[in-house]
Amino acid sequence: MAEPKRVERPLSPFMIGPYYRPQMTSMSSILTRITGNALIAGFVLGAWWLIAAVSSPGYFGFVNWIVTSWLGYLVFAGMAWAMWYHYLTGLRHLLWDTGKGLDIETAEKLGWGAIIGSVVLTLLTLIILAIF
Amino acid sequence: MRYLTDRKRAVGKGASGSGTEHYWWMTMSSVALAFLVPTFIFVFGSAIGGTQEEVIAHFARPFPAILTGLVTLVGMRHFAKGAQVMLEDYTQGSLRKGLVILVYSLSYVITALVLYALAKMTFLSIVLNSAN
Repeated sequence: MAEPKRVERPLSPFMIGPYYRPQMTSMSSILTRITGNALIAGFVLGAWWLIAAVSSPGYFGFVNWIVTSWLGYLVFAGMAWAMWYHYLTGLRHLLWDTGKGLDIETAEKLGWGAIIGSVVLTLLTLIILAIF
Repeated sequence: MRYLTDRKRAVGKGASGSGTEHYWWMTMSSVALAFLVPTFIFVFGSAIGGTQEEVIAHFARPFPAILTGLVTLVGMRHFAKGAQVMLEDYTQGSLRKGLVILVYSLSYVITALVLYALAKMTFLSIVLNSAN
């Protein structure tokens, strides 16, 4: 029987900054993690709003006032961008999983594609939602 | 009596203890979300700004209700397992365990809140429609 041994495993070192200069690949990667985790804010606000909608009119009025304030719109607009950015880099992840697009030139182009694409898709989303 | 040796039971499981299961689950859920999320952004976004009656009627319709439920169920599991990877990168020991439990709990609470709200909206719209 192998004896269970407590091993203090090392954490992955945080390399950006002191050891690595910021690059498109590392920056677009860390931004994927930041947007993915930040999206919880949108779900918390969204769930609170849906619960308020099945509560008393007074409570809905209070939560709906926050959701439709400039801050609420700013949060949801930010969430739309975070969603689209995470979406595009997620597709990039699926592409990379197949072993394609991993050369530096293509990888950097995909990074720019995700940044520019997410801004364009967010503006389109906001315009379409404003019209309909 | 055990028919497998300790070594044989461990092969393929790695340091995670579950092999590539986590990675494969994230891949599957990301493909599912890639299909669900674009429509969801517009279904959810178009409900913002309505009165309480309009919001209830909006999410009581079958398509918005089922889509919102699916995105919340799959999305919150995808979030919890993604946030777990981030926590495992930056924290250790009891703090890591505590934060992973917190993130998992948060994702389940939000899922329950949204499903409850959707169910009550369907119920309320039946009551309101039969009253008219």
